[in-house]
Amino acid sequence: MRSDQTARSLRPAAEHFVAPLDETPLQKVDAVDTTATPRSMWGEASHNLVRNPVFVISALLILLLLFVAAFPGVFTQYDPTKGDLSISNQPPGDGHLLGTTRQGYDVWARVLYGTRTSLTVGFFAMVISTVIGVVIGAFAGYVGGWVDEVLSRITEIFFALPLVLGAIVAFTALSNGVGTVTIALILALFGWTNIARITRGTVLSVKYQDFVTASTALGAGRLTNLAKHVLPNAIAPVIVTATVNLGVFIVAQSTLAYLGLGTGSVSWGGDISDAQPALRNNPMMLFYPSFALAICVLSFIMLGDAVRDALDPKARKR
Amino acid sequence: MIWYIVRRLLQMIPVFLGATLLIYVMAFYAGGDPIQAIMGDKPLSPAVQDQLRAQYNLDKPLIVQWLIYVGKVVRGDFGVGFNGRPILEQIQTAFPVTFRLALIAVAFETVLGVIAGVISGLRKGTWIDTTLLMISLLVIAVPTFVIGFVAQFVLGVQLGVVPVNVGRDASVVNLLLPGFVLGIVSFAYVLRLTRTSITEVATADHVRTATAKGLSRGGVISKHIMRNSLIPVVTFIGADLGTLMGGAIVTEKIFNIHGVGSVLYQAINKSESPVIVSVVTIMVMVFLLTNLIVDLLYAVLDPRIRHAK
Repeated sequence: MRSDQTARSLRPAAEHFVAPLDETPLQKVDAVDTTATPRSMWGEASHNLVRNPVFVISALLILLLLFVAAFPGVFTQYDPTKGDLSISNQPPGDGHLLGTTRQGYDVWARVLYGTRTSLTVGFFAMVISTVIGVVIGAFAGYVGGWVDEVLSRITEIFFALPLVLGAIVAFTALSNGVGTVTIALILALFGWTNIARITRGTVLSVKYQDFVTASTALGAGRLTNLAKHVLPNAIAPVIVTATVNLGVFIVAQSTLAYLGLGTGSVSWGGDISDAQPALRNNPMMLFYPSFALAICVLSFIMLGDAVRDALDPKARKR
Repeated sequence: MIWYIVRRLLQMIPVFLGATLLIYVMAFYAGGDPIQAIMGDKPLSPAVQDQLRAQYNLDKPLIVQWLIYVGKVVRGDFGVGFNGRPILEQIQTAFPVTFRLALIAVAFETVLGVIAGVISGLRKGTWIDTTLLMISLLVIAVPTFVIGFVAQFVLGVQLGVVPVNVGRDASVVNLLLPGFVLGIVSFAYVLRLTRTSITEVATADHVRTATAKGLSRGGVISKHIMRNSLIPVVTFIGADLGTLMGGAIVTEKIFNIHGVGSVLYQAINKSESPVIVSVVTIMVMVFLLTNLIVDLLYAVLDPRIRHAK
């Protein structure tokens, strides 16, 4: 007790700031099972994902949307393309869950069938643009030299044409009839550049690392190296970007449909555009397809966010 | 620095040529016979067809046609629309309106987006951060045209605070709401980008050093955190101009603004491909130029780029 007091009086009177230690407590270190097999990056990520409520909610929503898109007939008995003018502008009820439009379409049926158009366009555009982007980005980054120079300029050319503008020009060119797959192709044609840039960047940062050199020394060919050792590093960022792109494509498709560049099939953007003149009398008609669109896009963006957090160790640490 | 500018300018030339070629090929070649498109369903005698073909240089090979087109574009000649008015004249009256609209949108998304992003990033995990993130998610998910309608309906029709239609009087005050609507999605992206960037930089060693040296919190934020974390934001705003141009078509349609977007929208409705091609070409030129300016700004902000060979 005494010695402690003398020790304190000997120290200067300045206030000390001691940074809080965030070291792992020893019991926790002891508790780690060293014999357990270490989890891979994907194992770790999926372990974190199933515990993330954002991921669970968005994944469930997407599954529900996929089911609706595949079997819209399960939820309604009406045909969304058959209008009955005798029941035009009906309020909700009387067999029509959300009422009918001015042309006598069942609103609920149109919202359901619109899911199919949005998801088909979004999904195809996402797959095609990801394939184009990964191939171009990988070759540009891996081969380098003049190939990189040429491919990078081509990427810049497509980047210079913003998604909606490029699609508008392509649309006017294909004046006679654009199907759902064609519009997906058009969107993919102008939407692959961010994937290509990300892939190229990752490939460039990985290709001179020791494990690639080691693989070359062991006799692996250039293509084997690219496929087995370089590209897997790009998968995580590409998946995240592709998920967000899917949402972007869905928004772009509905924007085009809203501008009158539709596919002819039932789509949320087209329905929103049709509901616009009746906004003052019947605002709910605008609300339903907008709500569906928002939920759909939100799910994909949240999914992308959750996957990024799970794959990025920096974000996980907190 | 001067070499950096020269190199960027030289790189822009093939990109501009390639983009115009792409637009040109798509608009004039994929869509079948352009002469028949002008005349609609009316039958044309072969002699008239040949004469029109010669007039629009359609009898020459594609590359020659495109070169003639690019040559004219460089000299500022965009040809004549179907109504006989020079396309440039139609765009000239519309351009300042869209420019003002875009400026308001960019100002709004940058100022509010960066402020909200900095607050959110410095207070990560608090209720204010969560609220801002939720708002940004909602704004991204709800399409611009819906936000535009709701804003127009509530503020214009029900409350009467802003004019429902902008029409001919495209003054800055009248364009405030449309500019806000146009910039709101990008605002969300700027917020999220700034937030990520701030949280990354805030834990960097140089920031701790600055704090340890006794610099005030405000000084650390403005001199050491902000400057470093704004670089990706600046790049984003340049690239985002492309999205704004697409969005301008929608916004101008909702609020009845006579800008470039509405010229383009009317051209789409009439399938008037010469106007569509010209407007998109001009937009691409503006887009490339702003991205050049952004790249130069980037060099000002980041000395590593300025001093790289």
